[in-house]
Amino acid sequence: MTEAVLAGAPGTTGEPVLSVRDLSVSFRSDTRTVHAVDGVSYDLRPGEVLAVVGESGCGKSVTSMAVMGLLPPTARVGGSIRLGGRELVGASEKELRKVRGKDIAMIFQEPMTSLNPVLTIGRQIGEVLRRHRGMSRKEARARAVELLDLVGIPAPQRRIEEYPHQLSGGMRQRVMIAIAVACDPAVLIADEPTTALDVTVQAGILEVLQSLRERLGTAIVLVTHDLGVVADAADRVLVMYAGRPVEQAPVHDLFGAARHPYTRGLLGAVLRPGGEGKRRLPEIPGLVPSLDSQPDACTFAPRCGRADDACTGGRPGFMSIAPEAGADAPHRAACWHPYGVDDRTGTESPATTGATDEPTVAARPDQEAGE
Amino acid sequence: MTTATQTLPTAPGATARKRATGGRLRALRRNRLALTGGVIAAVFVLAALLAPLIAPYDPAQPDFGNVLAEPSWAHWLGTDDLGRDQLSRIVYGSRASMQVGLVAVVLAFVIGVPLGLLAGYYGRLTDSVVSRLTDTMLAFPFLVLAVGLAAILGPSLTNATIAIGISQIPAVIRITRAETLRLKHVDYVGAAVVNGGGDTTVLFRHILPNATSALIVQATVGIPAAIIGEALLSFLGLGVQPPAPSLGVMLSGAQSFLAPAPWLAVFPGLAIVAATLAFNLLGDGLRDVLDPRGGTR
Amino acid sequence: MTKYLLTRLRQSLITLFLVSVVVFAGIRALPGDPALALAGEERSPEALAAIREAYGLNDNIVVQYGRFIGHALTGDLGTSSRTGLPVADAIGQALPVTLELAALSLLLAVVLGIGAGVVAAVRRGRPEEWIANAVALIGLSIPTFWLGIVLVLGFAIAIPVFAASGYVPFGTDPVDNLRRMVLPAIVLGSGLAAVVMRQTRAAMLDSLSADYVRTARAKGLSKRSVVGGHALRNSLVTVVTVLGLQLGHLISGAVVTEQIFVLPGFGKLTIDAVFTRDYATLQAVVLCTSAAYILINLLVDVVYSVIDPRIRLGGAR
Repeated sequence: MTEAVLAGAPGTTGEPVLSVRDLSVSFRSDTRTVHAVDGVSYDLRPGEVLAVVGESGCGKSVTSMAVMGLLPPTARVGGSIRLGGRELVGASEKELRKVRGKDIAMIFQEPMTSLNPVLTIGRQIGEVLRRHRGMSRKEARARAVELLDLVGIPAPQRRIEEYPHQLSGGMRQRVMIAIAVACDPAVLIADEPTTALDVTVQAGILEVLQSLRERLGTAIVLVTHDLGVVADAADRVLVMYAGRPVEQAPVHDLFGAARHPYTRGLLGAVLRPGGEGKRRLPEIPGLVPSLDSQPDACTFAPRCGRADDACTGGRPGFMSIAPEAGADAPHRAACWHPYGVDDRTGTESPATTGATDEPTVAARPDQEAGE
Repeated sequence: MTTATQTLPTAPGATARKRATGGRLRALRRNRLALTGGVIAAVFVLAALLAPLIAPYDPAQPDFGNVLAEPSWAHWLGTDDLGRDQLSRIVYGSRASMQVGLVAVVLAFVIGVPLGLLAGYYGRLTDSVVSRLTDTMLAFPFLVLAVGLAAILGPSLTNATIAIGISQIPAVIRITRAETLRLKHVDYVGAAVVNGGGDTTVLFRHILPNATSALIVQATVGIPAAIIGEALLSFLGLGVQPPAPSLGVMLSGAQSFLAPAPWLAVFPGLAIVAATLAFNLLGDGLRDVLDPRGGTR
Repeated sequence: MTKYLLTRLRQSLITLFLVSVVVFAGIRALPGDPALALAGEERSPEALAAIREAYGLNDNIVVQYGRFIGHALTGDLGTSSRTGLPVADAIGQALPVTLELAALSLLLAVVLGIGAGVVAAVRRGRPEEWIANAVALIGLSIPTFWLGIVLVLGFAIAIPVFAASGYVPFGTDPVDNLRRMVLPAIVLGSGLAAVVMRQTRAAMLDSLSADYVRTARAKGLSKRSVVGGHALRNSLVTVVTVLGLQLGHLISGAVVTEQIFVLPGFGKLTIDAVFTRDYATLQAVVLCTSAAYILINLLVDVVYSVIDPRIRLGGAR
């Protein structure tokens, strides 16, 4: 429904390398259809880091898998995914194989199991190069050593002969990154790359990603539920809830002036005094709705303190918050009663906010739609 | 103010749900197969029990005027080189098969279950001794063991049954031992121990009953293996001795008349295949129902 | 890995020792005089006395066992009461036949079993999987010897393509050798193929849903590399285990197969020994078979460590 192009973060320029429009993913079985992703859109420019945030099951991983074309055959994908001008939705498996690992790559949440236990590190890095760059065994090996060095693995000459079980979790994730960036892809999707790792190791992995972005200009989609990571690493943030996008903003705006009640709920614990140790998403009362139906309503309404008849009566558009910002507005939310600029983030969570709170921004998203 | 429409419980991941549905569908189809297997197995057991009532002829009665007759209305499955009715011999032969199948499995359980319980429950030295014993038994391939026994005790149906039973003991020990190890650490068994239950009480009232499903599954694997084992030993002349009817003996005899009377080789074999297939299907189905950890093997 | 293999070697030696005791005691467990048993059909008092002398049956039982092992280790397996020739020679002649049969069957089982297992896993939920499963289940339910008879009926009698009996050494006439060995190899290999197929399928389904296969797909590798280079490579550990466990069945099956196709191998030697009460031969054959079985299982463990670096290089996953 939203066709407007979104502006990139400050400092990033040029045409988007990855452009997702109105992406939907559903899984159909004999008895039911699950709408895992519904109406997700974003743009990613060279060198930009976009964080995709949400609770588990909100569709952020499915979105990434859809972009990679790695969903099981039972998945139905709608909308558009353009990578460097090439449409990926509906592309054949053969075409996708030429793109995967070369123009777009992915690292996963589980470094312990994502590497093949019976093949050497060198072989696992080398096979991408041999496949996409047509390198010989020898060339691939030499390049693999460089790559291990690039991701900060000491003694790469020796490591290349080793097997995954001889490496620690952090080292394995570095190897995964080396594999991912082997062919210098335009886009790197990192799906919760630090979740399974120790806190001390997490920082190292994020550093590697940052330096790759700076040195190679790789654009990164960082899927996470860790808001600390978002604050450290991202330029822009897309918040998802129950398969739908609820808010998108430059990272400063999001942490400073989140508009969507759900986003505020997420931020509540992070910014609360004394909340230092708790960087994970806080509990919000209520249950995430079933994904079986696509209700014509706000899916967050049942858990939202600000909800009223408007919220249960129609689906809010994913719109610019400030009318004066125009269609290119970098800050957008899908809410009938968004918080205003003056509502300070973190002072109250939506669960405790009375439904009578007047939205400070008078304009409702549907009234903006014509602009 | 909360609308009730969307407060359904959190759904698991979509892929997990797909898998669950697929699993149920497969289980359903398997169960239909299992049911078929169960019916065929029941028919065999009934035929074995009621052999004298079902068999149209005396299986040992030669009819020299009617040797190697093709299947006909009088003799549905033909006659052999002595003119004996093939169908009657198959019915009686199945009786021998079922007898060996059940007795051998019972034998293996009577010896294997207590050893497995002891090894699993007491551990340490008992476990080491039983494990070495199991290894040694496994080092003799089934047929070598059977041949050795036949050589020492002489070939007969009883000795074949003993050999088959012995060959199945290691598997029974291993399964019972594994189940005991698992159950030993379950809370209610621990509670029984704390409440002063003696070892015998704990083993036979708390552990054994809960190991039943795994043992039932093992039995459905053991019975068809024993049926094939009997036929095999009888075929080699190490089991049932002619002229007593046995499917293996019939096949052995049929070898001399392959060209003139191929039906002699076909029908007893089909009977063996039907019986083992029936028990295998039944076993696969039971495994799905009783032993969810059994997986796809 | 040396430590692991040394442990396995020690366990194997203990088992081998126990087996030799059982085999040794087996003959002595015979009702009556062991000399009677060893004598076979020749039972005059002089012959019995000679046998007692030759076998040292008058000595202490431990001494007897020591001599038995000593002789066995130096290749002296006694004299056949049926032929009067050294048992070792008979085994030497029978071994190549059985080894060829076993090798051909194993080849068949591995190629067919792994191939069908991979297809069934990759084409999950399609007709290919259903067909492969059904064929495997039927294959498991058909007794070896009946399959042998049916194949003889079909391909040696009805359509005489292959020969149904006899052995010609490969060196003498390769074509005739294969013409005679194809049916036995199919008979012996088919059951094993069914087991291998089922295990390969199960292992492949596991591997194909593993994270590292997702990684391989994310690399844009061809389907062939993903399935063959990553998933199958990992499934082979399971398949090798199963092959090791099934060797006992292979040995039993060889006995029957050789009986049906009249091949002068190890199995035929065994059965003939039973019916002619040739205990010296029987004792040697049982000992050799069990020793081979234990040895092969040890070999399987060595193969594991080659396939799986986690075992080779030590350390948990």
